[in-house]
Amino acid sequence: MKTKKKTGLVFFPAFDWAISPTHPEREERLLYTKDQILEEGLMDIEGIIEYKPRIATPKDVERVHFCVPDVDSVCTDSHLVSAGGAMAAADAVMTGEVDNSFALVRPPGHHAMRIVHGARGFCNINIEAIMVEYIRQKYGIRRVAIIDTDCHHGDGTENIYWHDPDTLYISMHQDGRTLYPGTGFPQDLGGPNAYGRTINIPLPPGTSKRGFLYALEEVIMPVIEDFKPELIVNSAGQDNHYSDPITNMNFSAQGYAQLTERLNPHIAVLEGGYSIEGALPYVNMAIILALAGLDYSSVVEPDYDPIHIAQSSQVDEYIKTVSGMIWRSLREKNDGRERLIAGKKIITTERHIYYDTDNIAEKQQEEIMVCDECAGALKIESYGDNYSILAIHSPRYACDKCEKQAFQWFDQADKDKFHHVYLQDQKRDTYQVKA
Amino acid sequence: MLVGLDVGGTHTDAVLIKDGRVFKKNKVRTNSQDLVATGLNILETLLKDQDLRQVKRIVISTTLSTNAIIEGKTPPVGVIVTSGPGINPENYKIGDSFYAVKGVIDHRGREIVKIDQEEISGICSEIKGKGINNLAVVGKFSPRNPEHEKKIQTIAGSDFTSCSTGHKISGSLNFPRRLTTAYLNAAVHNIHLNFVRSFRFSFDDDIVDIPLYILKADGGTMLIHNSINMPVQTVLSGPAAGVMGIMALCSVDKDAVGLDIGGTTTDISLFADGVPLMEPYGIKIGGHQTLVRALTSRSIGIGGDSLVRLTPDNQLQIGPVRMGPAMAFGGEHPTPTDAAIALSMLESGDKGKAVEAMKSLGEPLGLSPEEMAKKIINQMAAMIYDEIDSLIKEVNQRPVYTIHELLENRQIVPEKLIMIGGPAPFLGPFFAERWSMDYLISPHADVANAIGAAVARTTTTMTSLADTEQGMVTVAEEGYREKIGRDYTIDDLIHLSLKLLRDKAIRMGASEEEIELEIIEKQSFNMVKGFYTCGKNLRIMTQVKPGIIYPIKGEVA
Repeated sequence: MKTKKKTGLVFFPAFDWAISPTHPEREERLLYTKDQILEEGLMDIEGIIEYKPRIATPKDVERVHFCVPDVDSVCTDSHLVSAGGAMAAADAVMTGEVDNSFALVRPPGHHAMRIVHGARGFCNINIEAIMVEYIRQKYGIRRVAIIDTDCHHGDGTENIYWHDPDTLYISMHQDGRTLYPGTGFPQDLGGPNAYGRTINIPLPPGTSKRGFLYALEEVIMPVIEDFKPELIVNSAGQDNHYSDPITNMNFSAQGYAQLTERLNPHIAVLEGGYSIEGALPYVNMAIILALAGLDYSSVVEPDYDPIHIAQSSQVDEYIKTVSGMIWRSLREKNDGRERLIAGKKIITTERHIYYDTDNIAEKQQEEIMVCDECAGALKIESYGDNYSILAIHSPRYACDKCEKQAFQWFDQADKDKFHHVYLQDQKRDTYQVKA
Repeated sequence: MLVGLDVGGTHTDAVLIKDGRVFKKNKVRTNSQDLVATGLNILETLLKDQDLRQVKRIVISTTLSTNAIIEGKTPPVGVIVTSGPGINPENYKIGDSFYAVKGVIDHRGREIVKIDQEEISGICSEIKGKGINNLAVVGKFSPRNPEHEKKIQTIAGSDFTSCSTGHKISGSLNFPRRLTTAYLNAAVHNIHLNFVRSFRFSFDDDIVDIPLYILKADGGTMLIHNSINMPVQTVLSGPAAGVMGIMALCSVDKDAVGLDIGGTTTDISLFADGVPLMEPYGIKIGGHQTLVRALTSRSIGIGGDSLVRLTPDNQLQIGPVRMGPAMAFGGEHPTPTDAAIALSMLESGDKGKAVEAMKSLGEPLGLSPEEMAKKIINQMAAMIYDEIDSLIKEVNQRPVYTIHELLENRQIVPEKLIMIGGPAPFLGPFFAERWSMDYLISPHADVANAIGAAVARTTTTMTSLADTEQGMVTVAEEGYREKIGRDYTIDDLIHLSLKLLRDKAIRMGASEEEIELEIIEKQSFNMVKGFYTCGKNLRIMTQVKPGIIYPIKGEVA
């Protein structure tokens, strides 16, 4: 057997790491997936190449995050290996060794925001963002689309790329009114410098294959086509599965295979998915076979019953309406942006963030320079339970004005007011701390 | 006294070990038409005038089954498989009598779909009707629950000469490999059985009852009688004999490269802290990926007797074919051995003929005989080095699945090159110098493989799984599946596995004092339903460690 496409696989089940013994994010999570992959002999198929993960360095993390007080305090080796796994999957594609790749790693990362005081939604550091910024730094790729098909809104990835016009972030997830983290609505379209580069497609509980593929075909694919990314990344959460214990969707292994085949990502990165026995072994097989261009028609869950998980006509209608709303917003994008800016040069936002996994409350005050040329200089005052910090971000393709502003903020920062003041200069790939 | 017999492609070697020393050694050309005769004749010579009651055992390493597979000279096999969700089993169709039947077992060994007795009876008659006598029965996830395979075997009954079932072949997960391995096992059954019968029969006639063992690809031995149902384990035992020979003759305790330079091929092996590395899944036999447990080894088609020639565009080509001995030894074509003799690296044979061979090869290239000879040896060294280098890289890239192992990142960094094989004494030092490696030419380098076979211990492995939620314990290779209580622990599983392992090792021919049991994998997972622990998933793999009965003393060359 030989694959149509060369597919790289980073498989790292981290059999010696758990959040806690009975936590969904535990040693057992990828055990049966490993059994299935090994038993299918996937690694022997010509055209499927297994790669060892690397270990992300603090520098790789600081290219994306402001870790409070530092990288070592908020993440363990397992997080660095998970991010490093995604990086290894990216290297395989970027060097041309494979056509696409899949990082089957844990723990996940898409709830980790730019500032990290601890873990939220089982995530400490954002493995896709660390991978994307590594790719940009090492391979000079600029336009990246991240399509998040995890059942939960990827609020962390959204937060990191909210202001970046070079990153298209689309999250398709169970409606935030019915599931953690409770965000990700159609009207959330990005910051003033990247308005329309964030798209949220909330789907109602009970959405089945038809609904997912409808949203993919009617919204995601045309938006990607319009954006013309150099690279497509899929945050491939598997918790939309009908058997997932912590969500309420009706997606299947066949559905995931079709979605993957149509989306055709360069790199897929595992996110959530906690039906570790009934879904993950089959969904992962389906995704890998679809990436490799192999026949996936026999990958059907033992308890698959299409009638039982059929989608209601109300769900059809609802998804159609949501898609319509998104398109209207995109058509009226310029007006929307004007309203958001309202003539201001700097936009200030306040928000409260709760770290459910670590039980930390954070208050943020963010200032973004409105800019037509770049992602804009960004300054965030962050007050967590233990630390108050000031984070200043100068984007990778910053214009002179924004760059000057960021440096000025850093120079003038009153370090007595904060435990730490950080400057993340993506253009020079540096990270400075004033303590 | 111990006897080792290595029936190789070119030569057959036999050694008699007495008091930890090589007491006698013989080397003859292999008669590829009659391996049994070759083996029996050399044993006769070796054991003439010896007190046969003192011979504790004879261990054979043979290429018989390997050759049959590589040359495709095996009879047809009937294959019956059960599968389930995943890759369609038709993709792994092997042979002309392949039947995918009803029946599904999942990753935890639960029966999802029952097998259909009538369907299987019908298929068995059909296979039988084609005059096929050997059957392979393989189910997806059969190491997790061998019941379907066992039932199919029962239905097939005694209609077949042999029935190779997947779970007996290996407890490792890899359905396509298990399928291929069971197929090959069934395919070589008749050939191997004939070998065992003829070898034993003609031997027993003349000589008292000496236990006869056969070497496996993992460097272990088993009583030849036990190999009848598992002949596939004896294929490609040649490289393993070499590795065991190195272990017996050179006390390896570091990371090292083993090089077995033969007439036709050179085999490369690796040692980590003196322990030979195993293949993670199994070896490749004639292009087939299998689950045959084996020592890691790479074979490259280049040796002392490889044909050396110039291609039409005057490129130097060495091997992979062999056209007979060196010209210095009366052959008709130049070989690397001629190059070595021309350079006086080896003082043997007719040097005039070797120089002549180098002269005629070198002329079109405008090279003197000496320059030509150097070019040959250099190119040979470069080819072998590239292979060593790629093997080390591959081994160091082998995936790991725990944070601990990844952080530890154990890399093989060879400090020493250990060489065996006929050409090793004269080619070895040159290679080592070129690669700037510390080296050792093994004593008795010319018969190291036979020595390795003679002193190799009996080995076997066992894969055990306990699932306390289901209340079942399964030991795949034994076809063992029993009920257990919810309080079953990893210690219970270890106890059971080691007991079964010890019994099996003795059955296979190990003596009590040489058995060294080892747990090579141990994993314990909490299984959680909702947010409560509902049981444990316990997995261990145990083995009788490959090793040597005792080291062989010998003068270092």
